[in-house]
Amino acid sequence: MLQQSCCCLLFFIYPFINTVQLSFENADSTRFVGFKNYQAIFTDPDMLSVLKNNLLWLVFGTLLTVGLGLVIAVLVDRLKVEGLVKSALFIPMAISMVSASIIWRLVYLYRPPDQTQVGLLNAILVFFKLPPQPWLVNTSVNTFALIAVYVWMWTGFCVVVFSAALKGIPDEIVEAARIDGANRWVLFWRVIVPMISPTIGVVTTTMIINILKTFDIVYVMTGGNYNTDVVAVEFYRQLFTFGDYGLASALAVLLTLAILPVMYLNIRRIQLEEGGQA
Amino acid sequence: MIGEQVQQPLIPALATARRRPRSRRRAWLRRLSEQVITVIALLIAVVWSLPTLGLLISSFRPPSLISTTGWWTALLPPWQFTLQNYVQVITAQGLGRAFINSVIIAVPSTILPALIGSFAAFAFAWMRFPARNTIFFLIISLQIIPLQIALVPLLQIFTNIGLTGQYAAVWLAHTAFGLPFAIFLLRNFFAALPRDLLEAAYVDGASNFRLFWTIVLPLSLPALASLVIFQFLWVWNDLLVALIFLGGNPQNAPMTLTIASLVGSYGENDQVLTAAAFLSMALPLVIFFALQRYFIRGILAGSVKG
Repeated sequence: MLQQSCCCLLFFIYPFINTVQLSFENADSTRFVGFKNYQAIFTDPDMLSVLKNNLLWLVFGTLLTVGLGLVIAVLVDRLKVEGLVKSALFIPMAISMVSASIIWRLVYLYRPPDQTQVGLLNAILVFFKLPPQPWLVNTSVNTFALIAVYVWMWTGFCVVVFSAALKGIPDEIVEAARIDGANRWVLFWRVIVPMISPTIGVVTTTMIINILKTFDIVYVMTGGNYNTDVVAVEFYRQLFTFGDYGLASALAVLLTLAILPVMYLNIRRIQLEEGGQA
Repeated sequence: MIGEQVQQPLIPALATARRRPRSRRRAWLRRLSEQVITVIALLIAVVWSLPTLGLLISSFRPPSLISTTGWWTALLPPWQFTLQNYVQVITAQGLGRAFINSVIIAVPSTILPALIGSFAAFAFAWMRFPARNTIFFLIISLQIIPLQIALVPLLQIFTNIGLTGQYAAVWLAHTAFGLPFAIFLLRNFFAALPRDLLEAAYVDGASNFRLFWTIVLPLSLPALASLVIFQFLWVWNDLLVALIFLGGNPQNAPMTLTIASLVGSYGENDQVLTAAAFLSMALPLVIFFALQRYFIRGILAGSVKG
């Protein structure tokens, strides 16, 4: 059984070392080029725009999923419709990002202003006498349009996890705060948030890691075109479209480096919990 | 429905005693605000469901209508629905074949990590060997490492031994990538089993292997169910691994991959895409509704402990 766990390690550790090595070599891995690939990532304007998009994803994707998840979880807590609302939010978790992308292509569908809009969002705009937008092509909104799909998919996850944590807050504490005159707002910030802060930490790190690796939504909806490219899609393009193993590996290494601090926090947390149990 | 049990106050009498002094007016205000919140919550649920509903309705509409009117117009008479899109997508677009491929890929990719993971989890929970905890932490920290880091070298190895484009390549990759989570989830469950029970069996001369099959595994069925559902959905919905290892061989492509390439070649031709997307969602949705409890337990085990 020990061998199996070692096999599992080998499946990751050999590729890891290999990828780091490839990232210091040229496109077909025949020559050592030092930091040239990394330099390209941080100076090339196209690459910089990829990094900028990933940053937008990271900030807005994380804030929206965690924020909305927390607010909705608190809102529906102990309502009669709690189960129903949570199910509705949670269903997107079960479907693939490919299907989600097709669902949202229908929402964002754009027709020139003189035609009937068949996309839901543009139909709503037209209903309010606003000009329809090509959501996936317009470079000032398209990254946000893609982030919205991610938020739609993952808010349900956050709601379910937060909801379970809320059930763990003793009723006495909430009641005591209410008797002391705390309104919903004070209750939320002074009682609920501090009490479930470990869960908020876990959900936030999960979202950060997830979002850094975002691939499917961008790949299916825009293919990384119209200035929506992110690191994981660019990695794929470098690998298969341009056959540049060096640059692709350097992108993968960067992705891992970005995740390392989050990983460290997670391991610390698990170690603390394990220590508490013993 | 997702329904956890609402926690009862520890001392019920005390809770009611506290509630009594509240004036009737405040209670009325509270009921009103509860109704307002219920309406807001339901509104959120509706907004969240609209996109999926749009897909479902569109997939049953005749192609000529899909491209000229919004799906919401189908809600009013005259109702015009058809199965034509489904017939076309299954027969002409190879989605039937892709569905079978998805099954062929997902079943071994679910069973293998569950089996190997439970062996490893047993070792980590109940057997003593040097550096046990260090190795366990290393493995669970692998959960977080992005897949991308392993893809290039794996692709090179698989290509060298002729696995690229074969089902086995995806089985191996999904097993390896799924193991850290499997080991993490199961070890925590195994470790919580009653120590006395295992020790008694051990004293009676049961081998580790026997302990595992006759005591640990039967007692851990709920955890195994969570894991299997999770892994199955993960593999069923995966695009990246399939794209990398099967991208060059459409014969073996799963549904996600086939649909992704339909998007590329059809673009605006939505009658094909809507039916295809709904077909690929059908199985996960059935699993989700039938086994929601286990699905959610798996999520909670992975993120909140206890």
